[in-house]
Order: sequence, then structure tokens, then C-alpha cells
Amino acid sequence: MKKIVVNADEAIKDIQDGAVLMLGGFGLCGIPENCIAALVKKGIKGLTCISNNAGVDDFGIGLMLKQKQVRKMISSYVGENAEFERQLLNGELEVELIPQGTLATRCMAAGYGMPAVFTPAGVGTEIADGKETRNFNGKEYLLEFAFDADFAIVKAWKGDSEGNLIYKETARNFNPLMAMAGKVTIAEVEELVPAGELNPNIIHTPGIYVHRIFQGENYEKRIEQRTVRKN
Amino acid sequence: MALTKEQIAQRIAKELKDGYYVNLGIGIPTLVANYIPSNIKVVLQSENGLLGMGPFPIAGEENPDLINAGKQTITTVPGSVFFDSAMSFGMIRAGKVDLTVLGAMEVSEEGDIANWKIPGKMVKGMGGAMDLVASAKNIIVAMMHTNPKGESKLLPQCTLPLTGKKCVKKIVSDLAVLDVVVNGFKLLERAPGVSVEEIKAKTAGKLIVEGEIPEIKI
Repeated sequence: MKKIVVNADEAIKDIQDGAVLMLGGFGLCGIPENCIAALVKKGIKGLTCISNNAGVDDFGIGLMLKQKQVRKMISSYVGENAEFERQLLNGELEVELIPQGTLATRCMAAGYGMPAVFTPAGVGTEIADGKETRNFNGKEYLLEFAFDADFAIVKAWKGDSEGNLIYKETARNFNPLMAMAGKVTIAEVEELVPAGELNPNIIHTPGIYVHRIFQGENYEKRIEQRTVRKN
Repeated sequence: MALTKEQIAQRIAKELKDGYYVNLGIGIPTLVANYIPSNIKVVLQSENGLLGMGPFPIAGEENPDLINAGKQTITTVPGSVFFDSAMSFGMIRAGKVDLTVLGAMEVSEEGDIANWKIPGKMVKGMGGAMDLVASAKNIIVAMMHTNPKGESKLLPQCTLPLTGKKCVKKIVSDLAVLDVVVNGFKLLERAPGVSVEEIKAKTAGKLIVEGEIPEIKI
């Protein structure tokens, strides 16, 4: 079982028009930069993207939006993106906004083999419309279903030939959850090492969840809000 | 004199207790971190996956892999820990976070909050706000008492789409500190030099005034 592929182009080669993708990252932190570039190059269209955010105009998923490759975004927050706004207001793009914790939990449920979960987020708001509710111990909860994604595309710090992954700092975010949730999971890593070199005690994502892995290159790691201490 | 945003944050910081795990929202709530009393220890949770958030980095030491929920570069403090987004909202949902401070466009006298959507305007999303307000043990809202048009943001009922129902416990505005109680907004403190009458005039929801109302001490 060989999981290592040479690069992003090979990793995404069988993703077709209309696929449902999960893309890891929070803002521009921990996004799969190499795979996004390869998806833009490949030019496939009609994609549904499940990702906490939608990038900025010229980086992250924003690059795919610019090429009109995305049919639908499923996110918790999509600010910071003028092209996104334009396409949305023109009816060129569909968007489903869901609470961030619900987004995370729907990924987690898929990875844990659970069809649905109950969460209190959104009870009594418009996002509860049409959803099944249930009362547990006097508190109301919404039934939310596990995601069903064709491909999960994640970014990790280190990975090995078995597909085991370790993430760095807050670049972890949605990546381990999505890694568990895809029918096919593609991981790009900053450093790919032979099996045995990662300490098994500190691996975040077991390789059983990962189907393809490669060492990415030229990470830009753009900072969205550069803030520093005064004085 | 109405409180400045910094002063609202300073007043909220007085609600912090030793050992609290606290989630601070974007805007005025973020400023609360600057006024944590030095004699207590508070651990800041950032919902993108960090407990033990520290101040902004020194220029030149920004780390793109280390940001807060507002996507700002930050640092960590000793004893910090990273985790994934499901665990982050898991600890919020399970009531492990002691206090959540967030902003609001409107709060109702029942404690409903609206802070994510204005019909007719581009909707950017609720982020983690709905999860936080649905589960937090204690929620303090930091906000201006009125909107830029001078209309009250403390209402009998919210007019904007809700973020959560019956969840706000306390409000610190530029004019007053109020508790949300069973039958309305209970006035606890007023900004220095601001009269109870002015607060009454700028509170559209039911305002409960009992006895002398002291001035806010910063």
C-alpha cells in the first residue's frame, strides 16, 4: 500500500467536476496551498467546498472562486472576500452558513462513523428552521448530520509514509477532523519522513484515515491580520 | 461621560475571577485581555484551537501558524495547549469555559442576542457565535447602548435574526452595567456623570431601577 504521491497534481488527479471537497484551515492558517494551486490549474468546476472560510481574493479558496470553480460554499464565516460577495449577490454562488462548532462536529461525526449529532448551537434561530429537535434534560438540541465528502484535502506539518500526521500550533484547526471525514483523504505536509521517524505518542491523525500524502513546496503561509505589540 | 471602548473592557475585566477559562470575542471583548488584574490567573481560550493565548507578538516574531479567532497573529503563554476545532467547541459545549464576552447588535430583555446578520446586507456568517451563546455558562455582552442612529440596542424583543435565545446574563455598555433578569434589564451601575433618566431614555426594553445606582468605577 503506497500512499506517497509525487506532488499535488498527482494527489488530486481523479477529482472531477461537481465533487464535494473538504478543505482544512482557519482563515489562511493551515490551508492546503499546494492542492489549491493544483485544483486551480486543473480547472475543474461545479465544486462544493466545505471549509470554515473562503480565503481572500487572491489566496486560498479565493483563487478557486476567481476561476468560478466553486458552485457552493459550506462555511461558518466568509468575510474578507470581495469576489465571493460579488458572485453571491449575482446568484453565481450558493452559500450555506453553519455555526463553526457544528461544522467541526459534522466533520467529526463522519470520521467517527456516526450519522448525526445533537447540538444546541442555533436553537431558536433561523438556522433551526426545518431541523429535527429533541429535548434532553430540559434543554433543546438540533439534529445535525455528518458530512459526506468525496475528498478531504488537509495540510499538516509533518507526515510519514504511513500517512500519520502531526499539525503545528493553530494550523491544526479543522485539518484532523476533515482528514478523518473524507472518502478519500489527501494530505500535504511540510516535511515527509519515513515510517518510524515520528513519535507514535504525538501523532494527531492516524494514517488509516489518509490515502495520499506528499511533501508540499513553496509554502507562502500568508498572514491575514498581522498584529504586533505596541512599543 | 459615556465610557470609551477601553473603559468598557476595563469594567468587564473586573468580572474575571482567578482560575477562569475565558473566551473573548472580536472587537471590544478582545481589549479585556489588556486589563486582567495581575493578582489573578485567567486562561484565554481561542476557539480556533488554543488555550493559553498570550499578547500580540513583538514585530518580526509573527508566526503564520499561530493566530487567534480574529485571524490576528498572537503568542502563547506557558502552559498553553493546541487542539482541533471539534475539541475546542466540545469544551465550550460541555460548559468548561467559565465566561464568554462578546459584542452584540441587539439584546432583548429576555437575554436573546442578535449579532450576526442584518437583512439586506451581505451576510458574512456566524462563525463560532451561535455555538458560544448556546452553551456558555456565563455571557457578558460588551456594546454601545445605542446604534449610530441613536436607537436603543436593548430592546423588548430583538428585531434582527437571532444568534441565540435567553443566554445573555450581563451587559456592559458605554452607559451602564445591567443584569438580564427574569423581567427585564436590571440597572446595576451607571457611567460617571450619566443619569438614570438618560439610561432609561436610551433603553427600549424594560429597565428595572432599584434604589441608588452607583457610578461605574474604573
